[in-house]
Amino acid sequence: MIDVAVVAFTQRQEAAISGESEVEFMVPLMEQAKASVGLTQSDMGFTCSGSSDFLAGQAFSFVMTIDGTGPVPPISESHVEQDGAWALYEAWVKIQCGGIDTAFVYGYGKSSPGSVRDVLATQMDPYYVCPLWPDSYAIEALAARLMLEGGHVSESRLAEIAARSRASAASNPHAVRTDPKSVAEILAEDYVIDPLRPSDLPAEADGGCAVVLATGDRARELCERPAWIRGMDHRGDAHTLGVRDLTSSASARLAAHHAGVAGDKIDLAELYGPFTTSEHLLIEALGLDEDSTAVNPSGGALAAHTMMASGLIRIGEAASRIWRGDGDRAVAHATSGPCLQQNMVCVLEGD
Amino acid sequence: MSSEVLQAPLVLEYPFTRSTGPVIGAFLTGLRDGVICGIRRADGTVLCPPQEYDPLTAEPLTELVEVGQAGEVVTWAWNGDPRPMQPFDRPFAWALIRLDGADTSMLHAVFAPSAAEMSTGMRVRVVWRTEREGHIADIAGFEPIPAVETA
Repeated sequence: MIDVAVVAFTQRQEAAISGESEVEFMVPLMEQAKASVGLTQSDMGFTCSGSSDFLAGQAFSFVMTIDGTGPVPPISESHVEQDGAWALYEAWVKIQCGGIDTAFVYGYGKSSPGSVRDVLATQMDPYYVCPLWPDSYAIEALAARLMLEGGHVSESRLAEIAARSRASAASNPHAVRTDPKSVAEILAEDYVIDPLRPSDLPAEADGGCAVVLATGDRARELCERPAWIRGMDHRGDAHTLGVRDLTSSASARLAAHHAGVAGDKIDLAELYGPFTTSEHLLIEALGLDEDSTAVNPSGGALAAHTMMASGLIRIGEAASRIWRGDGDRAVAHATSGPCLQQNMVCVLEGD
Repeated sequence: MSSEVLQAPLVLEYPFTRSTGPVIGAFLTGLRDGVICGIRRADGTVLCPPQEYDPLTAEPLTELVEVGQAGEVVTWAWNGDPRPMQPFDRPFAWALIRLDGADTSMLHAVFAPSAAEMSTGMRVRVVWRTEREGHIADIAGFEPIPAVETA
């Protein structure tokens, strides 16, 4: 295996970025990420992006963002219609094929022009489920009741996760939901969709992020303490909700196993749990001990949920803490689909 | 530079039709006729709604079977603020419903007057639309079966 590290990361997340297109807000982010390690687009061996034409409402919308990278002379690039974390996975595989020592990865989404809660109904089964337009909160609420009534979690545990996210997000300039609330205050909130309260739901955001990857000695030249990718794996559960056990995450457990999470202590974890219920399931599936692992020190996706970027942002948040020496070994996680249908787990280490 | 945001209409279109195939097509045709189908898996259990391939093992599935028109609520969520295009314009419950004779559950709406009338394990039965066209919404939703009838 070729050693690959995350050496640069920039992000922007706001409740709504109005008056700027995706390309307009991504160009400065992409430039800053490359400039922070003294590289330009022509230095990149490969470029891969994650975004959604469906969310943008325009076919091949991502091509305009590729133009924004400054792809002259012509570049080697690819795009995934997925969170940027999956674009990073493709770039990592591309690097393993040999011949390049750098890659540029970015992801972005702007969901504020519509209601992402409703738009997400369109990711469900097109014949049996989507025509009923169950919104994403309703779908998660079905899983939440199974978890609560089955004794897999309590409402106070969910409120603790929400309170921790709010407290951590207070020091994150990119978080959207940053006002602190106590467990008691959260439990006093009215349900949005019984049994989920406002604090159980993701704070939707617009934005994006950009990451530079580099190999071996090149990474050491570019970054004082590179965040080495020691293991990465992604797995999926069935699309059909009715055949799945919604009280655990089999695919996250499998991805964590193959990524080698259990090999050593984990100092910090950045988990893409859009709901408190999903974060709880992920802590269990990854086998994390909250006494020894700082879970979502950024506040996580509860504090700022940017479609198509929240997963890659988790990798960037974990990597930047390794650069700073906040931890030596971290796990970053990305998800996609209803009720944690698909999961990616990435283990990062500092030297 | 002007701060005016340019706006233009954009109509998303899907201007072609697709065949629903031998399994999903049979289920939808069944709905038009007031019948609900599942499909038998290799282990003998019945998947409803049916799929052409087993979602866990990917084996092709072909043995369609009729299932009941009543069943049990496996989980539910109270939708106090229904959104446009959802099955009912008054508060209702979303539920995963396991129909009699099926081993997996399907998503649909339960028309209960309030969350207090909902419980996991409760019995519900299908409410058919009068005009049916072979669509999941041919099932208007499900209604609670009063305990006296269940007993």
